[in-house]
Amino acid sequence: MELEKQVDGQVAVLRCSGRLNMGAAGRLRAAVDETVADGVRRIVVDLSETSFVDSSGLGALVGGLKSARQAGGDLRIAAAPEQVRTVLALTNLDRVLTPHQTVEDAHRGW
Amino acid sequence: MRKQLTRVFALLTLVSGTLYVAWRWGFSIYWEHWYIGVPLAIAETYALIDSFLFTVTIWRMKERGAAPPPDPEATVDVLITTYNEPVEMVATTAAAAERITFPHKTWILDDGNRPEMAAAAAELGVGYLTRHPSWQDMPRHAKAGNLNNALFQTEGEFLLILDADQIPEPEILDKTLGWFRDPLVALVQTPQFFTNVGDSDPLGSQAPLFYGPIQQGKDGWNAAFFCGSNALLRREALMQLGIVGYVHEVQVAVGDALKAADKIVSEAMRQERASAARGGGTGTGGHRRLLAALQSVRTAASEARRELAAGAAVAEVTYAFQSKVDAASRAVVEQDLATMRADLDAVARLPMHVDGSVGQLVVDDLALAQLGDIDWSPLGAIESVRALIKAVDVDRADEAQPVMPIATISVTEDMATCMRLHSLGWKSVYHHENLAFGLAPEDLGTMLTQRLRWAQGTIQVLLKENPLTKRGLTGGQRLMYFATMWSYLSGFAAVVFLAAPVCYLVLGIMPVKAYGLTFLMMFLPYVLLNQMTFFVVGYGVKTWRGHQYSLALFPLWIRACWTAFANVVLKRPLGFAVTPKTKQTVGGFPWRLIRWQLVAMAVLVVACVVGVVRLWTGAATSVIGTGVNVVWVAYDILVMSVLFAAARYRGPDDLHDVVEADKEKVA
Repeated sequence: MELEKQVDGQVAVLRCSGRLNMGAAGRLRAAVDETVADGVRRIVVDLSETSFVDSSGLGALVGGLKSARQAGGDLRIAAAPEQVRTVLALTNLDRVLTPHQTVEDAHRGW
Repeated sequence: MRKQLTRVFALLTLVSGTLYVAWRWGFSIYWEHWYIGVPLAIAETYALIDSFLFTVTIWRMKERGAAPPPDPEATVDVLITTYNEPVEMVATTAAAAERITFPHKTWILDDGNRPEMAAAAAELGVGYLTRHPSWQDMPRHAKAGNLNNALFQTEGEFLLILDADQIPEPEILDKTLGWFRDPLVALVQTPQFFTNVGDSDPLGSQAPLFYGPIQQGKDGWNAAFFCGSNALLRREALMQLGIVGYVHEVQVAVGDALKAADKIVSEAMRQERASAARGGGTGTGGHRRLLAALQSVRTAASEARRELAAGAAVAEVTYAFQSKVDAASRAVVEQDLATMRADLDAVARLPMHVDGSVGQLVVDDLALAQLGDIDWSPLGAIESVRALIKAVDVDRADEAQPVMPIATISVTEDMATCMRLHSLGWKSVYHHENLAFGLAPEDLGTMLTQRLRWAQGTIQVLLKENPLTKRGLTGGQRLMYFATMWSYLSGFAAVVFLAAPVCYLVLGIMPVKAYGLTFLMMFLPYVLLNQMTFFVVGYGVKTWRGHQYSLALFPLWIRACWTAFANVVLKRPLGFAVTPKTKQTVGGFPWRLIRWQLVAMAVLVVACVVGVVRLWTGAATSVIGTGVNVVWVAYDILVMSVLFAAARYRGPDDLHDVVEADKEKVA
């Protein structure tokens, strides 16, 4: 998995390209924690280039949500492809974290 | 062949048992003596249902043989859990784990956070994990928490879980990983076998009937149990379980918290209006602003509930809600600085607490309902709402980790986890080959504590997640879980089985209409066939100890049921590990531990003597009646006599005593 970070004022966009699986989950968590520690507390995880996600990957998203929320911020996910949506639906996680259509959509309401 | 023979005997047992119990209820209850007659019939029915469940279990016994060869690409973490076992013991296990031939990474999960343990791990070149800083001041969830912590610090596809004393064979992974070639298999359990137990095994530590016909039988129904150690798990399955559980808990808790928020704010508004009517406080303009702030929280809460009901994502709903609460709070603080401090006390009285035994957050419905009774000031109310939502929100501020793959609802995390895996459609495998060798408790006190914990944990799961109604399980799986839980109710039946012959022999009170030939004709086939079934099922393994303890530990089973019920239903702490562990290490006979059994045995002996005297003097007239009851009592005494050997037992090695006692103290 490739991880790319873009900070725009108060919002950071983390783009995960490739497989967000058990081997990559730790890195995503670390990236979220680091971003929050830098004082950017609103994070969008851009999944448009994510080819595959497993439950460990979802666990990293939930863990990131916790870090952001506890710092007074928030974490949202955007542009999830079909496989990611399927896994989100299978675990019901979409009932907690809704995938937004685009990164811009995810900003709304912040 | 043996399977067919088992089935025949099991069926015959059920037929004869059903006839007997039907005859008992329909024709032979001595209704004038209903107070002993009816309990006895109920106890006999209990035992028959137990036989039925046992028959279902062994009906599909699955003898799997060897697994297919493993996928050479598979990645494995070997996790050794420890809290305070001696460093040398854990190091021995870790060194053996390093010798496992299939490529893997070994980790010591040290919940004791000991520098010596870290040094030993470094010397062996194995991984060393302790709790992440986020666990500070959070519920720790014992072994389940230790494993959940490690799950987020490791990344192997499969996990081999070993207790600190379970020394694995080098080929353990080669022989078991292949079962995961079926992508739906989530668990492979191997037996637990103890090396510090002699042939006579007075404490009944080996469980050959369980790690044999029973697990093989459960396996036949795709319900092989997870037993906490010597098992392999698929990470994906566990993580999925964690995510699904997280979503469920958040949805339920946030819904409850929003409901409570509405209640709190409504009550604060009512009180504020009353205060305004009395002309107290901050003047008309002030009252208006406070009421407006409260109203905005109330509106936000009902909006949030509406959105959740319409299927909106919880994270966004609660984020918006919290922002509105923050805004209202700022408005009120400006208005209400004077009364602020006193009001914050109310926050401490939230209707939630962390259950000490399992560390689970409990939102107390009763207390929620009583929230209206508290005096709410505007600020107190809003701050309470904020704290309430915060605790249960999507970030689970009440837990170290939002996702807890290993279940934390019970002191026996393994059974609850396994049942949840099955309910999500995963499969489990029982691999019938000893591939790890451990140490059993070596004194009665430790053994009793351990059995009590297992029983309590099982009943906790039954009460919290009833397998008969839990979604997603197959019929066979429901019965397999229920069978184990049902067997733990045997303590109540045992009391009746012990009391009935005493009543007859001493007082001449007959629970059965006639102890004549009819009784023998109905009863003997049943009891003999039942014995035959066990003989066939357990051929070649020693099942007698297990039988003995299922009766002999009757006070313990009753206590487990009662304490688990009090914990789950009445929300009391479990309070286990009351058994003294150090007192009986040298010499003294542990009278206290088995006092109820000693009383029971004394009463039984006296009853026999009285019964024979009564027959001799003519006070009792039925030779068959007295005979049946004397044989019955003799059998009970023979069964319970195992306790004398157990109480005197000290194990082959004193060092182990200490180790095991310590292990139990931790657990």
